[in-house]
Amino acid sequence: MDNAFQAAFRLIAERDPVLVEIVTLSLQVSLTAVLIASAIALPLGAAIALWQFPGRGLLIVILNAFMGLPPVVAGLMVYLMLSRAGPLGELGLLFTPTAMVIAQVVLILPIVAALSRQVIEELWGEYREQLQSLGVSRLGAIPTLLWDARFSLTTVVLAGFGRASAEVGAVLIVGGNISGVTRVMTTSIALETNRGNLPLALGLGIILLVLVATVNAVAYMVGESARRRLG
Amino acid sequence: MRRSGPRALFAAIALAITGAVQAGDSITLASTTSTEASGLFDHIVPKFREATGIHVRVVAVGTGQAFEIGRRGDADVLLVHDTAAEEAFVSDGYAAERRHVMSNDFVLVGPADDPADVAGADSALDAFRRIADGEHPFTSRGDDSGTHRAERNLWHDAGIQPRGRWYRELGSGMGGTLNTAAAMDAYTYADRATWTAFGNRQNLTLLFDGDDVMFNQYGSLLLDGDRHPHVKHDKARQWHEWLLSDQGQEAIASFRLRGQQLFFPNDATPPEP
Repeated sequence: MDNAFQAAFRLIAERDPVLVEIVTLSLQVSLTAVLIASAIALPLGAAIALWQFPGRGLLIVILNAFMGLPPVVAGLMVYLMLSRAGPLGELGLLFTPTAMVIAQVVLILPIVAALSRQVIEELWGEYREQLQSLGVSRLGAIPTLLWDARFSLTTVVLAGFGRASAEVGAVLIVGGNISGVTRVMTTSIALETNRGNLPLALGLGIILLVLVATVNAVAYMVGESARRRLG
Repeated sequence: MRRSGPRALFAAIALAITGAVQAGDSITLASTTSTEASGLFDHIVPKFREATGIHVRVVAVGTGQAFEIGRRGDADVLLVHDTAAEEAFVSDGYAAERRHVMSNDFVLVGPADDPADVAGADSALDAFRRIADGEHPFTSRGDDSGTHRAERNLWHDAGIQPRGRWYRELGSGMGGTLNTAAAMDAYTYADRATWTAFGNRQNLTLLFDGDDVMFNQYGSLLLDGDRHPHVKHDKARQWHEWLLSDQGQEAIASFRLRGQQLFFPNDATPPEP
């Protein structure tokens, strides 16, 4: 353990250029995946919350179930899609950061959609009569609901970010852990474990935890200051 | 928050584009974990890049998975170690050409007190029999890698069907298997490069090596451009031929880890028919 902390501190103190590159790519991939997934999943979650349609229950069950999608399965699905022998092979996206973003979007989208559906549905119960008495349509209500639920939804999005930055199975398969191209924090940790460099592997793990904690802290502080301003 | 939506999408698209551009003057090499974990590629890839300007992107997986990546056309060239399967890969029409590139050997490692006394064995088969007879714990890769295939061949040749509680199939890479062997004081069969590079030996030590049947041959496979028109055939051929050139063979021979030469060039070996 002591060696792990030493390894972590040494890497940070030396501003190891390879580490900087890996950290940058990790954040780039996971944040991009979170933004894309949220852009689709928040309105989707709101829509499912507001409208009644046949198969709605089934869709909710499927979304909830896919929150537990194993990353390797998501990775394998994206791999088979993007492989040269697969339907999207022409794009040549396998073993690129883009492929990693796609795999993480597949992983996070159900989480953000399912949890935001829950949040919006509860809020809709409170707001429904008032909004409808003002003549606001369901479609028109979505931005209001998303905005008023923004603090809860921030937590939802952070849950998605946590999942994206923590998983290794999907990015390893679709990214290939190529040095300098698709190597991120989690795949580096797996590689160093395979090299038997356990202190270094754990040191990288500590850095990853600090990074994720930092992103969460920033989100928390932004949320708190906004909350105080609104009183 | 809402206003940053479109900007985020553009950032995503930009990332997608850079990802695609990066692939332009590079080739993808599917290779084995043993070559990657030892650091060989960190040593030879920059030399190749200096000579040709081509960047080699290494995807390090087990040999079985490397073949699958090749079959699907997801790499341009392979560097693997299972001669029989490599020949089949060529005769099945997936690869246009195959060459011996370099070799080293496998080693039998185990707990320092060596309860099966494999250090006293007079051959690799004898050593394997001693482990099986005493039912001493043995961790197998179990992942259809080149090393796993070589290990299975030895059990077969020793006339043993390894099964029982002492034989643990892990489905893991070489490093993961060594980590497990170290934790449970088990014997295991490893390639010398990964073993030399491995940093978590604990009580494990090298107990038996040097038998000719423990020879480990690496081959380069150039994918068939007719079957996979998108592969960067010309650039891949430059790599394939550079590996066998004086410069490439010299680069392989000059790689040292902990003062040891881990890969031996094959320039004297004629290509297989």
